[in-house]
Amino acid sequence: MSRFSFLEWPVIRQFRTDDSSGRSSAVTSPTTRAIAPRTTTADRSVQSVCPYCAVGCGQKVFVTDERVVQIEGDPDSPISRGRLCPKGSASEQLVNTSNRQTKVLYRAPRATEWQEMDVETATEMVVDRFLESRRNGWQDLDEQGRRLARTMGVASLGGATLDNEENYLIKKLFTAAGAIQIENQARI
Amino acid sequence: MANADCIVIQGSNMAEAHPVGFQWVTEAKARGAKVFHVDPRFSRTSAVADKHVPIRAGSDIVLLGALINYVLTQEKWFREYVVAYTNAATIVNEDFRDAEDLDGLFSGYDEESGGYDMKSWAYEPEPGSGSGGAGVGNGAAEDSAREDGAEASTEAAGQQYGSGGPDVETRLPRRDETLQHPRTVFQILKRHYARYTPEMVRDACGISVADFEELARTITENSGRERTTCFAYAVGWTQHTVGAQYIRTATILQLLLGNMGRPGGGIMALRGHASIQGCTDIPTLFNLLPGYLPMPTVEKQDLGTYIESIASKKQKGYWAEADAYTVSLLKAWWGEAAHAGNDYAYDYIPRLTGPHGTYQTVEGMIAGDVEGYFLLGQNPAVGSANGRMQRMGMSHLKWLVVRDFQLIESATWWKDGPEIATGELRTEDIDTEVFFFPAANHVEKAGTFTQTQRLLQWRHQAVAPPGDAQSELQFFHELGKRIRARLADSTDPRDRPLLDLTWDYPEDEHGEPDGEAILREINGHQLTGPDAGTLLSSYTQMKADGSTAGGCWIYTGVFADGINHAADRTPGGGDGPQTEEWGWAWPSNRRILYNRASADPQGRPWSERKKLVWWDEDQGKWVGNDVPDFPVDRAPGSAPDPSLGGAAALAGDDPFIMQADGKGWLFAPKGMVDGPLPTHYEPQESPVRNPLYRQQHNPTRVTLPRKDNLSAPEPGAPGSDVYPFVFTTYRLTEHHTAGGMSRWLPYLAELQPEMFCEVSPELAAERGLEPYGWATLISPRAAIEAKVLVTERMRPLRVGGQTVHQIGLPYHWGVGNDAVVTGDSANDLLGITLDPNVLIQGSKVGAVDIRPGRRPRGRELLRLVEDYQRRAHLTVDTGNEGVTGSHEEAGAEEATDRSERLDHESTDQPGAEE
Amino acid sequence: MQRLTAPDAAAVGDNPTADAHYEHPHARKGFFTDTSICIGCKACEVACKEWNRNPADSDYELSNSSFDNSEGLGADTWRHVAFIEQDRSRIEAARESGRELVSLGMPRIRPAGVPTTAGEAITTAVTGGMTGPLSEVAGRPPSGLPPAPDLGELDVLSSLGGGPTRPEDARAVDTTPPDTPEFRWLMSSDVCKHCTNAGCLDVCPTGALFRTEHGTVVVQDDVCNGCGTCVAGCPFGVIERRKDGIAQPKTERSAAPVTPTGPGKPEKARNVGVAQKCTLCYDRLVDDQTPACAQACPTTSIKYGEREDLVGGARERVARLHAEGRTEARLYGANPNDGVGGTGSVFLLLDEPEVYGLPPDPRVPTADLPRMYARAGIAMAGMAAASALAFVLGGRR
Repeated sequence: MSRFSFLEWPVIRQFRTDDSSGRSSAVTSPTTRAIAPRTTTADRSVQSVCPYCAVGCGQKVFVTDERVVQIEGDPDSPISRGRLCPKGSASEQLVNTSNRQTKVLYRAPRATEWQEMDVETATEMVVDRFLESRRNGWQDLDEQGRRLARTMGVASLGGATLDNEENYLIKKLFTAAGAIQIENQARI
Repeated sequence: MANADCIVIQGSNMAEAHPVGFQWVTEAKARGAKVFHVDPRFSRTSAVADKHVPIRAGSDIVLLGALINYVLTQEKWFREYVVAYTNAATIVNEDFRDAEDLDGLFSGYDEESGGYDMKSWAYEPEPGSGSGGAGVGNGAAEDSAREDGAEASTEAAGQQYGSGGPDVETRLPRRDETLQHPRTVFQILKRHYARYTPEMVRDACGISVADFEELARTITENSGRERTTCFAYAVGWTQHTVGAQYIRTATILQLLLGNMGRPGGGIMALRGHASIQGCTDIPTLFNLLPGYLPMPTVEKQDLGTYIESIASKKQKGYWAEADAYTVSLLKAWWGEAAHAGNDYAYDYIPRLTGPHGTYQTVEGMIAGDVEGYFLLGQNPAVGSANGRMQRMGMSHLKWLVVRDFQLIESATWWKDGPEIATGELRTEDIDTEVFFFPAANHVEKAGTFTQTQRLLQWRHQAVAPPGDAQSELQFFHELGKRIRARLADSTDPRDRPLLDLTWDYPEDEHGEPDGEAILREINGHQLTGPDAGTLLSSYTQMKADGSTAGGCWIYTGVFADGINHAADRTPGGGDGPQTEEWGWAWPSNRRILYNRASADPQGRPWSERKKLVWWDEDQGKWVGNDVPDFPVDRAPGSAPDPSLGGAAALAGDDPFIMQADGKGWLFAPKGMVDGPLPTHYEPQESPVRNPLYRQQHNPTRVTLPRKDNLSAPEPGAPGSDVYPFVFTTYRLTEHHTAGGMSRWLPYLAELQPEMFCEVSPELAAERGLEPYGWATLISPRAAIEAKVLVTERMRPLRVGGQTVHQIGLPYHWGVGNDAVVTGDSANDLLGITLDPNVLIQGSKVGAVDIRPGRRPRGRELLRLVEDYQRRAHLTVDTGNEGVTGSHEEAGAEEATDRSERLDHESTDQPGAEE
Repeated sequence: MQRLTAPDAAAVGDNPTADAHYEHPHARKGFFTDTSICIGCKACEVACKEWNRNPADSDYELSNSSFDNSEGLGADTWRHVAFIEQDRSRIEAARESGRELVSLGMPRIRPAGVPTTAGEAITTAVTGGMTGPLSEVAGRPPSGLPPAPDLGELDVLSSLGGGPTRPEDARAVDTTPPDTPEFRWLMSSDVCKHCTNAGCLDVCPTGALFRTEHGTVVVQDDVCNGCGTCVAGCPFGVIERRKDGIAQPKTERSAAPVTPTGPGKPEKARNVGVAQKCTLCYDRLVDDQTPACAQACPTTSIKYGEREDLVGGARERVARLHAEGRTEARLYGANPNDGVGGTGSVFLLLDEPEVYGLPPDPRVPTADLPRMYARAGIAMAGMAAASALAFVLGGRR
């Protein structure tokens, strides 16, 4: 707060500024006079794409102190021309909502509750299980003796919300592992 | 779309599901375009359309077929376009019999297998052309025809742009340019749709003759040289047991009207997920490899057989180079380990033996074959048909990995799912281990989405993911690294594909792999020669000799010249009308496919108003406002020797460059497993008999006859009045699919907080439903409750002398405790019966009863469902006949038999599972 | 000290900032909400809440009003989309009432003997004013209104793009659409009107509400003491004090719903107890950015810009719709002579304002102040005179 100044009294300003009705510039508070949009004060903005439907609307993501402070339509996009639907407009909440899950959780067989688990342990456990189920479901040949070289023990569902690069790695890894049951929303 | 003069939105609720895409409709409308919305419900799309035409769900082929008939009989078709650019003049061999001749079946149906032998659908060869008397097909192709169906067309919507269609062995088919020969495609088409009349539309679709004629008149008045009409569809067309054929019907209509490959024309697929196009291009699908190359089936034991099954070296168009695309993919994945001596590691790819789609996988879970399951941003407990079967399937798993932002219902069914409430499952008895991994979202990782018009757009990372959240990129890269480390010492040949895999992507300090490195691999590069290491700029550079690598041939060029063109961001897309400086569209940054068709056979624009690309005689090449989707120097009049094969064989008037004959297919001699011409069949569950044929259903649809997937009786059969109403499912603007990205967000949840059903005032009166009160809906699979919206937006239809009531159900809610808003799931009501081409379930039409009040709780809920099943005499065979009438007598006896058994086994004892 | 100045439409005209004497005057900004192209997606509602960090405002139950579950404008909801389902008879009535507005507005067909002022009053409705109750049509301009403008204002139809060029031509056009639909579903995004004569502003005793350099009316959260006087001052029921009882999401990990702080770090709602309403994104306007709702709107149903331009465009749009036979179209808020002196937020409606929950004849409560002051002055003068007289007379005694 700036130093107190008699001249900043609204009633004084009312006459100083010609805001004779005292309902405009004369009554603005220091906060109001210093107002600036957080899109302007952001440390940076990056161009992104809305994660909901397949129209592919452009988004601008504004970041301050390494936190997303605003996501809005990118006016430069010829696809969307800066516009967003309610879901796209809620993207910032998708990122920042307080109920978002940010911890790895594990539910043991027959357990009635989750327990927290560190990423390292959980990842190792998944590796164990992946390899074991891959082995259990392995098929070398079909009944006619033709090569199958595959496992029916592991399956996956998802991809329509993922990046092409991610789908590429998933398909590549699963195929190399002999897992064929990979599916996504495109068939749903 | 903004260039269209008429827009028909059918099978899509565009304004609600794609509001921002709808701006182009609004714009076209402001310029005077007429907008029709054909839909069972009056939705927000209807509200801003010029006209809403209510239609009985599942009868679209009758309407579109009648439009085809109108266009043909009223002589409204675009003769020059049709003769030059489609296969209208092609003559089909004399063994072909149409569905008109066989009461709903085509020639070649095999009742035993429930599928077609497509041999008789083939083109007739030009006498002495030497291309083999039988025309289409050899033994191997026929054997695998059924499973190949899915390969040929992948997913119905993607098929439009993705797949090139199958090989046509007959390279020189016989033609009659006058179209008079009775076996020309044109004449067959005329006969096939002759009974698809306005009166048939009235009796099958519930659309008045006046409304039909207004629609037909408007479409035809807005097609031709000067004007174009555009169709837009979404899953309202694909999610049927004849879904792929819905799109085929529209394609035929648009080809006849000359609306393909031209500005303001086409058939626009409106897709619902950010990268749903991408995830079929680079597929996380069982039946595909990147770039719509099929996953090998067990019949294709070596690379040569596999390549031949995709495309003949001698066919026209770019699919002829499938060997180059395949070898480049194998080189990208297995590097040095893939070489000519081992068929480029072709044997590293596992083999398919039939459909291994998501519903078969669930059956595999229940059978105990599938032990482990990854869910990656997908919520099948709510989002998949027959939700109970999904959840029961998961309860049989040994382990489940859920990667998402929130504790979605698919992560919590073991403690708060509907089956816990009914007592079918007890948390303490469920052995499944569940891992929940928090996922990074779209601003917390960099990468590309491919949107609905094939446009790749790079997203820059804004911030690091919070807490333990990771991208899929990081998770799977890490998983792969660890798996490979564990197996490092293995000598088991089955581990070679993992150990030889190219899997060393640079990572940043947080362990996040460099997405651009992966996109470069996808783009492809030279492996040998002076340019080794250079990124490819076009898939035409790919070679089958192992000198190039590339992970997805259709994406080649996205990293041309070492620049990530998916990240191109010239404001507004640059000065060009096709905005080609924003992102990168496959293939080759073309924005409109098959745009050669925007010019006449001589290469001149059809009209000044609708010009797009044209032949420039002086420059000797195709020029215009888009990248020509054609060999750029192929003159309009050129007629190369068709035996050259590939792109070299394309004539100057073969605009459909991915088709084996370069023509738009009015008649599909191959590739569609349920017939060469779209034919109306009733949905799996329908209140009416097929008004056109004795054959009630698509005879090739894939059924899952199981006790947990029962179907309603056929109309007229005993018990057919038990589930008397039609329900159809849909999206709301305010939510996203199964709700994982919307029901947890207060801003969206508050806008549509509760599950509801939409019913007409007439149905509400008939069943005593109170506005905004509760109702219970019972299908042959489940019972759910919903608040009642009584609205004139739902209108009962008169169909064939009976009143059909349709009930609308949004499907976004699910049962659980974690989301901001929860509710019963509409998908629990759905059964699973699949389109045979693409294995998508028919989820837009089902049978239900509705009654006032909330549903019973606990075990009483199961009793209610069972009571209905008993009254309807349901057995696992009910509604699952292949050819209608073939089992009629046997069926009745069995019915009693099986229903007793059902009763006996019904879930009266606690903890019973299946 | 606040000087309560009575509205003076004649002096202020369309520019409410005229007497504010900002150092850098701006053109008056506003919204034009064209409900004829609204798709009811509610992007405006969400974009508004997201930008302004307004809390969710829901019991998470259906509000029994078609697809509208936010019910109305309030402290937490500054954009609100109404959904109205109508059958054929209602559409025809709306079409007729809209047509009447036009017909009555035409000098040539004005029934003989109707006083000019009546015609003018009606005309203002046609030309973009509030569509008033029938009493206006009958020739009684609402009391307290300043005189209507001269008939030049009538000729709105002459400025139509593509429409008939002269009012009389309009009658020659066949305005009967080929097909009156059986049913329609109206959607309309409501917002603070940013009135020319703003009741909330007039009555605010603390100076928390102020007229910005863009002609909009904004609450200063840090000044407002939550007295609530403004709530009664708004003829549209827009402004409201924010309650502290914010609805909680029904989640096991219950947390406040609005958290710009990031995952797992709930933040209490801001400005509890303080009067809240649309600021027309004052904090974006200061940097020449478009308000959040208008930027998001997928179909440009919500347009933002200089009010004068917007009103011009709005009139053209009405004329065009009329030319197409959609005579139900009419403007709301474009009339400087209505009870609030016209609004910064102008709407194109397809039925009577009441249908959308808008007051047909809003009046700023301070509208009568001049007269009251005058009367009070007379009374005071009288009293003074009486007192003086009493003294005089009394002194004589």
